[in-house]
Amino acid sequence: MAEQTAHPATGQIRDDTPTGPAEGPRAAGTGGARRSDSAVVRDALGVGVAVGLSGFAFGVTSAGAGLTLLQTCALSLLVFTGASQFALVGALAGGGNPFTAAAGAFFLGTRNAFYGLRLSQLLALPGFAKPFAAQWVIDETTAVALAQPDRRSARLGFTATGLTLYVLWNLTTLLGALGAEALGDTAAWGLDAAGPAVFLALLAPMLKTTTERATAGIAVLLGLGLLPVLPAGVPVLVSALAAPAVLWFRGRRARKEETVR
Amino acid sequence: MNGTHVWLAIGLTVAGCYLVKLIGLLVPAQTLERPLVQRLAALLPVALLAALTAQQTFGTGTDLVLDARVAGVAAAALALVLRAPFLVVVGAAVAVTAGARALGG
Repeated sequence: MAEQTAHPATGQIRDDTPTGPAEGPRAAGTGGARRSDSAVVRDALGVGVAVGLSGFAFGVTSAGAGLTLLQTCALSLLVFTGASQFALVGALAGGGNPFTAAAGAFFLGTRNAFYGLRLSQLLALPGFAKPFAAQWVIDETTAVALAQPDRRSARLGFTATGLTLYVLWNLTTLLGALGAEALGDTAAWGLDAAGPAVFLALLAPMLKTTTERATAGIAVLLGLGLLPVLPAGVPVLVSALAAPAVLWFRGRRARKEETVR
Repeated sequence: MNGTHVWLAIGLTVAGCYLVKLIGLLVPAQTLERPLVQRLAALLPVALLAALTAQQTFGTGTDLVLDARVAGVAAAALALVLRAPFLVVVGAAVAVTAGARALGG
């Protein structure tokens, strides 16, 4: 989903990560002027409109990949995390079996667990609300909630962004899928390039240091090199190993430098 | 595409993606706060997105091919370098791919 536009915000969340728990108190604390409700809602609508529109690209891509209208809409209604949805339809179109296709989508979705962790401290939701709030735990809602100066604004920001995105993402998915069916041959319209362009747009802001670039480079080599030899959907899962591999290599080098000193 | 397979994949993805979202809200903070876990979580999407971008640009089924998509994704990359908004990036990829195909690419 909105992973798409929220990079700056997502990047900000990631940058803050090392500071850890210090974040929560600052964001939820008493410091800073109270923001007006309308300012919070404006934030939410801005993010929501920009990102919701990209649901159109998903609807088109999914329909172009051969999924039915019902299947496409079910994904946006029930999965509601864009990168995973794009990955799933791409894997299915490439002939992947249901398990490898779902595994790739699942691994892309795991980052939402870390957003949930942040939001849990910040929003302090009552237990009964958590199963409902969970569906809206994504890049953009986290970004907007974390940007608020106090808990009340954070809750409002989370809810307003979640609602705006959910409505627009599903509406535009439906329109995109209907549009693709009306167009017929989506490849002739270049719509098969929308998927990789979305992934690239999500990836670009993450490539900040050598660690990320090396991970991406190795993943590309593994993903392309293994594509002709392994069953569809498996190469992308193997390429995910680039992440622990690079971290392990960096850790080893850091330890070596320690001992040299 | 086999309809049952697609629904099975959708069902698995729905369940998996919902559970990871919920887990984040439910587990005690310390569980996921370890630096190594955090770094891995940040790096995993980088690897997956890079591999997916490459595969969907150069892959057709299990074959590697050079076709109009390459021009389209290159246009998207250029748009990203120029800091264009998301919709312009995707629009450029689609338009250039369609154009290259119309020209016989």
